Amino acid sequence: MNSENTAAIEALDVAKHFGQVEAVKGVSFCVNAGEIFGFLGPNGAGKTTTINMLTGLARPDHGRISYFGRDYTANLKKAQHLMGVVPDESNLYPEMSGLDNLSFCASLYGMGKKERETRSRELLASFGLTDASKRAFGGYSRGMKRRLTIAAGIIHHPKILFLDEPTTGVDVASARRIRELIAGLKSSGTTVFLTTHYIEEAQRLCDRIAFIVDGRIVRMDAVAELLRQTHGKHVVELTTSGSLTQMREEVLRGFSNVEFEFPADNILRSITEQALALAPLIRFLEERGIAVTEARAVKPSLEDVFIRVTGIEVDRMKKEKEKKGPQ
Amino acid sequence: MKQWIAFWNIFSKDIRTYYLKPPNLSWGIIFPLAWTLMFFIRSGGDVDLFALLPGVMTMSILFGTTSLLSVTITFEKKGRSFERLLLAPISLEYLMLAKTSGAIMFGAINAFVPLIIAAFIVDLGAVSWALLICGVVLTSVVSTFLGLFIAVAVSEVFEAQTFSNFFRFPMVFLCGLFFPIERLPVFLRPLSYVLPLTYGGDILQGAVNQSALMPSALSLAALVVFCAGLFLLSVRTIRVKWIC
Ligand SMILES: Nc1ncnc2c1ncn2[C@@H]1O[C@H](COP(=O)(O)OP(=O)(O)OP(=O)(O)O)[C@@H](O)[C@H]1O
Ligand SMILES: [Mg+2]
Repeated sequence: MNSENTAAIEALDVAKHFGQVEAVKGVSFCVNAGEIFGFLGPNGAGKTTTINMLTGLARPDHGRISYFGRDYTANLKKAQHLMGVVPDESNLYPEMSGLDNLSFCASLYGMGKKERETRSRELLASFGLTDASKRAFGGYSRGMKRRLTIAAGIIHHPKILFLDEPTTGVDVASARRIRELIAGLKSSGTTVFLTTHYIEEAQRLCDRIAFIVDGRIVRMDAVAELLRQTHGKHVVELTTSGSLTQMREEVLRGFSNVEFEFPADNILRSITEQALALAPLIRFLEERGIAVTEARAVKPSLEDVFIRVTGIEVDRMKKEKEKKGPQ
Repeated sequence: MKQWIAFWNIFSKDIRTYYLKPPNLSWGIIFPLAWTLMFFIRSGGDVDLFALLPGVMTMSILFGTTSLLSVTITFEKKGRSFERLLLAPISLEYLMLAKTSGAIMFGAINAFVPLIIAAFIVDLGAVSWALLICGVVLTSVVSTFLGLFIAVAVSEVFEAQTFSNFFRFPMVFLCGLFFPIERLPVFLRPLSYVLPLTYGGDILQGAVNQSALMPSALSLAALVVFCAGLFLLSVRTIRVKWIC
C-alpha cells in the first residue's frame, strides 16, 4: 500500500462487550482518506460504541485500530490530535457563550488566542450563529446546539471528523444546512465517519456505507455499487381510485411474468427486468372498475437495499429514533 | 503542541465558571470565619489565637478544596462535558493537574483568610513564613487530591459530597487539630498517622507555634508521598472506570 492511498482509518476485528451485552462483535473496515463513510444501523446496533473505541473513549476487548497506516491501538491518545468528534449529545458548557465554548475547545488543541478568536468567529459565521455568539449555549435551540457542537468538532482543522447522528432531532431546514456543511468538509479534504439512521441522508452524503446490525457489519460497499444492484430493475408504482385488496390474486394470475408488491391498499408496484408496457395493466384494472389515478417510475433507493440486507423495516427504525430523540 | 495553552485555559475556565461563584466563595471565607468566631465566643474572648490558627487554616483548606472537586470533576463527568477533555490530545495526568490546579490555589488562598484576620489582632512576628507557605501549599495539594480521589470514585454529585463529609469530619477530629493526638484514645492514635491532614496541621503548628510533634522534614515528606499516591490512584481510577 503506498502512502497516497493509505486508509485514514482502519479497524480490524474490533470488539466490545458491556457485561452480558456484546455491543460490537468484531467489526473490520477501512475508511479512505477524503471520503465520507457512513455507519448505518438501528438503535443499539453499536454505532456509538464503535466511535468511542475509535476515538479513545472506550477500550476495545480486542482488535486493532490504525490511522493513516500507523497502529494506535495501545495509545489512542497519540492519535487524538488527528480527530474531531461530534457526539450524539451536545456536550458543550451550558453556562458559557457560543464564542467562549468554541474558543475553549480550540485551546485544548493548543491554538493561540488570536488564532482561536479568528477561527471561532469564522465558524460562527459559516454556521449562521454570529448573532447568538454571546448568548449562553444552554439557551440555544436544538438545531443551534447541533451546529455549534459540529463547529466545536472541527475548530482545530482535524484530518478526520467523527459525527454521531448529526441530524437526529433537528428540523428539516437545520438538517439540510448540516448536510451542506458536511459535504463542504469533504470538499476541503476532511475524512468523515458518519453514523446515522436516516438512509436518505447516507445515500446523499456518503461515498461508502457499512450496515451495522446487532454489533456486526452485515454489508459494506460503495453507495453507487449498492444501488447498481437494484438499478437493473424497473419499478413502477400505480395509485388507484379504489381498494386493490380483493384483486391481488387476480392481478398476480393475470400478469404472471411480472413481480408485484402492494405497499398500501390502493398502491400497486410492478417490478420487472424490462420496461413494462402499462396499457394492458391499466385496462385490466379499469375493466374491474378501478381507475388508475397516478403512475410513476420509482427510482431505486438505498432503503430497498437496506431492507433486503438487514430485514429491518425502515419506518420502525425511524420511529424508535424519534421516540428516543437526542439532547 | 503547546500544552500549556490547554492547561491555562482549563484552569482559567474553572476559575471563571466555578470558583468565583458566591456559593463556592462562601466555603472558603464564611466557613472558617464562623469557626473562628465560634471558638472565640465559646472561650469568652479569652482565646489563644495562636493555638487556634493552624487548625482553622487547615480546615479552610480542607473544606475549600474538597467541596469544589465534586463540581469540577463529578458534575462535568455527569454532564458529559468531561468527554471533551478526555478527547483532547493531552495526557490524562496533565489534564488532571490542570483540573485540580484551580482548587489547589483556591485552598491556599483560603488558608490566608484566617491568617490575615489574625494579623489585625495579634503579632505574627514569630511565625516561620517559609515553613508556613510550604505547609499551606502541600496541605492544599493533598486535600485537593483527596477530593479528586473521592470525585472520580463516584458517579453522582451528591455521592461525592456525602463521601467527602464521610472523610472530612472524622479527619478534623482525628488529626490533632483541635484535640491533641496524645489525648486521643490509644486505639485511635494509629489512625491519626495515616491521615494526611495530621502532617499538614503539624507543619502549621510548627510554623505558627513552634510546637510541632514531628520534625517538619518528616511531615513534608509524608505529605509529598500522600500527594503522589492519591494523584496516581485517581488517574488510575479514571483510566479503569471512565475509559472502559
Ligand atoms: N456503557 C454501557 N454500559 C452498558 N451497555 C452499554 C453501554 N454502552 C452501550 N451499551 C450497549 O451496547 C449496545 C450498543 O450501544 P450503542 O450506543 O453503541 O448503539 P448505537 O448504535 O449507537 O445506538 P443508537 O442508535 O441508539 O445511538 C446497546 O445494547 C447498549 O445498550
Ligand atoms: Mg448512538
